Amino acid sequence: MKIGILCSLIRKEEKLLFDEFRRRDLDFVRIDDRELILDLHQRQWDFDVILERCINHSRALHSLKYLNDCSVKTVNSYEVASTCGDKLLTSLALIRDRVPTPRVYVAYTPESALQAIERLGYPVVLKPAVGSWGRLLSKVNDRDAAEALLEHKETLGSYHHSTYYIQEYVEKRGRDIRSFVVGDETICAIYRTSPHWITNTARGGIASNCPVTPELNEISVRAAKAVGGGVVAIDIFEMPDGLVVNEVNYTMEFRNSIDTTGVNIPAKVVDYILEVGRR
Amino acid sequence: MALCTECEAEIPLDATTEVGEIIQCPDCGLDLEVLSVQPPELAPAPEEEEDWGE
Repeated sequence: MKIGILCSLIRKEEKLLFDEFRRRDLDFVRIDDRELILDLHQRQWDFDVILERCINHSRALHSLKYLNDCSVKTVNSYEVASTCGDKLLTSLALIRDRVPTPRVYVAYTPESALQAIERLGYPVVLKPAVGSWGRLLSKVNDRDAAEALLEHKETLGSYHHSTYYIQEYVEKRGRDIRSFVVGDETICAIYRTSPHWITNTARGGIASNCPVTPELNEISVRAAKAVGGGVVAIDIFEMPDGLVVNEVNYTMEFRNSIDTTGVNIPAKVVDYILEVGRR
Repeated sequence: MALCTECEAEIPLDATTEVGEIIQCPDCGLDLEVLSVQPPELAPAPEEEEDWGE
């Protein structure tokens, strides 16, 4: 089987995946997206499966679209990257498939965004539709903050800030859940605990094991299926009425979750890649 | 042994080091990208971009 790994900078996760392939004596070809020249008329790609691990969402998205159009199987697919890479599209997919998720309003001007914020009620969370690692998230507590933030976004923000994604603020009581789905299975989950309202481990949240209950497994797998399935990490809030899905990540980071959960996540991912390659 | 591009500290690269890996200079704290393992060569790591993430 010919396996490719599309990547650029090598994070701890890529090293763990490389190690897992080597441990099994499986050859793979590293494809550095910084050196890639895609001839769009050239449709022959001699790979059985390519694992996408780009750090840039835009490179992942365009490369996956091209590869899938060339009938190359990828983990994940273009569809999954496209949906998960845009919070608005993720919310739409979750809502379409009736997966519980916080209320979201979308607006395109500062004036309509302010109206949407007031309709939703303070506090709210403003997020760029494209972005990760908890960057540029804003908890807006009152009208003064909303007006200032919207003016800043209009003046200083890039194109991606011209769509206002406004989410209901969920009181997380200091923690949320990240579950890891591979194929049809929730392989493990962690709590991310932080005194800050942003609980991403990239922002200092502390990981601890979270048991995979039937409820957690069900909502995680449903969320994964809603975005197209594959290898994804689901961010989940615990609300009084049950679990709700916040976001889905398609190039998941898991360095803090292997020892924490006792699950060999890279081995599970490699098993899945081989399964896709054999299809 | 590679040299930090900022402070010229000597940084050991071991058998597990990967080309493209980001390492931190133990002396000055600069993030460095491994351009080559043999011969050892480092460069300042790229600045984080807006669409970086998971």
